[in-house]
Amino acid sequence: MVRKIKAPKDLSKLKETLLAKRNVVKSRVVVCGGTGCLAYGSKKVFELFKEEIDRHNLFAEVELKNSGCHGFCENGVVVLLFPQEICYLRVRVEDVAEIVSSTLIKKEIITRLLFQDLNSGERIAKEAEIPFYKHQSQLVFGSNRFIDPKEINDYIAIGGYEALAKVLEEMTPQEVIEEVKKANVRGRGGGGFPAGIKWETTRQAPGEIKYAVVNCDEGDPGAYMDRSIMEGNPHRVLEGLIINAYAIGASEGFIYIRQEYPLATENTLHAISQAQEYGLLGKNILGSSFHFSVTVHRGAGAFVSGESSALMAAIEGRVGQPRPKYTRTAVSGIWGRPSNLNNVETLANIPLVINRGADWYSSIGTENSKGTKIFSLVGNVNNTGLVEVPMGTTIREIVYDIGGGIPGGKEFKAVQIGGPSGGCIPQQFLDMPIDFDEFSKVGAMMGSGGMIVMDEETCMVDVARYFLDFLAEESCGKCVPCREGIKQLLAILQRISRGEGNEGDLSVLEELADVISDASLCALGQTAANPVLTAIKYFREEYLAHILEKRCPTKVCQGLITYFIDPEKCRGCGACLKNCPSEAIDGDRRQIHVILQDKCIKCGICADVCPEKFHAVRKLSGEPVPAVPLNREICRGEN
Amino acid sequence: MATANFASVKNGGMDTFGKITEICLKYGGEESYLIQILLEIQNEFNWLPKEAMLRLQDELHVPLPRLYEIATFYKVFSLIPRGRNLIKVCTGTACHVRKAPVLINRVIQLLRIKPGETTDDLRFSLETVGCLGCCALGPVLLINSEYHSNPTTSQLEKLFSECL
Ligand SMILES: Cc1cc2nc3c(=O)[nH]c(=O)nc-3n(C[C@H](O)[C@H](O)[C@H](O)COP(=O)(O)O)c2cc1C
Ligand code: FES
Repeated sequence: MVRKIKAPKDLSKLKETLLAKRNVVKSRVVVCGGTGCLAYGSKKVFELFKEEIDRHNLFAEVELKNSGCHGFCENGVVVLLFPQEICYLRVRVEDVAEIVSSTLIKKEIITRLLFQDLNSGERIAKEAEIPFYKHQSQLVFGSNRFIDPKEINDYIAIGGYEALAKVLEEMTPQEVIEEVKKANVRGRGGGGFPAGIKWETTRQAPGEIKYAVVNCDEGDPGAYMDRSIMEGNPHRVLEGLIINAYAIGASEGFIYIRQEYPLATENTLHAISQAQEYGLLGKNILGSSFHFSVTVHRGAGAFVSGESSALMAAIEGRVGQPRPKYTRTAVSGIWGRPSNLNNVETLANIPLVINRGADWYSSIGTENSKGTKIFSLVGNVNNTGLVEVPMGTTIREIVYDIGGGIPGGKEFKAVQIGGPSGGCIPQQFLDMPIDFDEFSKVGAMMGSGGMIVMDEETCMVDVARYFLDFLAEESCGKCVPCREGIKQLLAILQRISRGEGNEGDLSVLEELADVISDASLCALGQTAANPVLTAIKYFREEYLAHILEKRCPTKVCQGLITYFIDPEKCRGCGACLKNCPSEAIDGDRRQIHVILQDKCIKCGICADVCPEKFHAVRKLSGEPVPAVPLNREICRGEN
Repeated sequence: MATANFASVKNGGMDTFGKITEICLKYGGEESYLIQILLEIQNEFNWLPKEAMLRLQDELHVPLPRLYEIATFYKVFSLIPRGRNLIKVCTGTACHVRKAPVLINRVIQLLRIKPGETTDDLRFSLETVGCLGCCALGPVLLINSEYHSNPTTSQLEKLFSECL
């Protein structure tokens, strides 16, 4: 049975005891258990480490930890060894015994498991020296690697809940708000609204009962930082939430987690019950007169439910549709009561602001964007994962220094920022700094921090069509401009990508976009045209190629391409013939295979299965399919 | 599992209804937990059978149309039986630019069903989702609760054959 922490000084005592215990251990093995690493089998890796450590009787001197996500997900399973700070990547069950016998016992480094620089071939052992980490500053995300998300003591040992203790002991609610305002923490969930001002509005709104709410709906496709914070360090978000509740005068709170994140829900529920046991939630928190309790609500799959008024409707058990915002949810939210909604990452910043002070916090970043931002750097980039950088870092630094550039020697084309509300930022803006306002200037948006890198093979008509498809599906249907307008935008883009576009289409698209932006009820509709507008603005040539020449320059749009088997290269192996789902391939052993264009459904499977060494299937766009040679025999001995 | 429960719902099996009462009780019979309650019922039966909805109407004193309003608005709810194995392919942006459409095509060819459909033997249901939240691994596919990063056709064949 845990003893309740009854006063702030007991918290520091507990911390000291925990740290003293830690010093006994000689080395620590951290196995990442974030969702990415789990997919690569980190559970089994962890179990095996346990067995091996037992087998070598090392349990007294080696501490084994399961942690949340470190960010370098594609290279999972990530294993860290302290105190040497060795980082092993792509660890599989086969490697575990060797790591224990070589690195833990003989202190020898296993070179093949180290990060390898793609250009120089150099191997890097120390985690902090890997370029992916070297150029980051993980102020919010960095502690994940020291914490077992199921273990509140781990969080307390690194100074967790100290900000809460400070707030309850030394600060009035108004002082907390002033500090957050001074730090100029802006919302990380999309809009970049100043958190302090929202908190103040909620505090000053009339009403006895107020609510503090966390938005972990993370509907933006391509972004997963909220998931990784919530899964990896739930106590940090809880601490931010409790401080927020104290500041606005709420005694009840909600955490809304999307249904697709079962591990985040599990870890959050676990964290809540631990915090209750420790007296960090519930009545008289840390011996003060402040009470606060939290409930978790799971979403049920609707992008629009991440919008503030819709999210609150969902918490009331209703359909998650937005309402007009004549009064803000900060004034009239859940059950008509003042409710403050913040994003997971926003709240995870709060303990930092309180602990280190607004002056320190606001020394990081640009004039109007302070602190750091976590991006999910994904798509066509060498090092994918979660990266946390100070505001003001340029996109180039993220894509090239941290991300290691574009794979396969291909060219950079654009980066999509801000998800369905954001836009595609082309090459000429690579040196633009990360900043809420700079992004808006080029027609994009910070959004929640998805940063999808696109290489030269990405079609900008397809990308715009993709987002509209998503939004047409996700529009809740309540207001006409969004429901019907997005559908029309989509219909036009579908026509263009089938090669049926006409010259007037671009101006109709732009005109429609204006109406949808002006007249939609919520930000889903108001920003829906951003991806299309930026795509047309920066890649007009590509749109014109589709419309005027009926050609998709990147050979992506299915309606504008044909598959063709190069007779010079085909060796008649029959792989395509066997795998074609629509019997669209004609051929026989030792005969050049031919695609029957009228039967082809353009699924691309033939190109997929054609052996690398032949590489005979090609895509064509805007050019006629070459004629089939009369003699289709392949001479013996040629393969 | 799903089909067995479905049969007992059809017969008005007592223990099945008991489960619904139990779920409602867990949430104090509070209407505000409606979405949470529906999620748990769906977890139990794998879909939302009409009989369960009728029972829920009585338990919570919420009109049936309101239950269906919610069950049709949110994407995770299914009003038709789903397969024992749920295959979800991510169509999120990160996966899309890493050729998720090719992956979906492969799955469609192998299972011979389209997204939103269930095989006749109730073995598989195929769905697409906006983002599975492990974008660095794209293109991603989820088989029940296991994530798989960019599986090849032969890996898929093997994975599917392991699904009973
Ligand atoms: C359609 C739509 C979807 C949204 N989805 C999310 C989301 O998934 N997560 C999030 O934090 N904010 C989302 N937002 C923004 C929220 O409305 C709200 O501004 C935010 O949660 C406030 O927190 P912040 O100020 O800390 O960013 C969404 C907004 C819209 C219009
Ligand atoms: S985009 Fe596919 S997992 Fe996020």
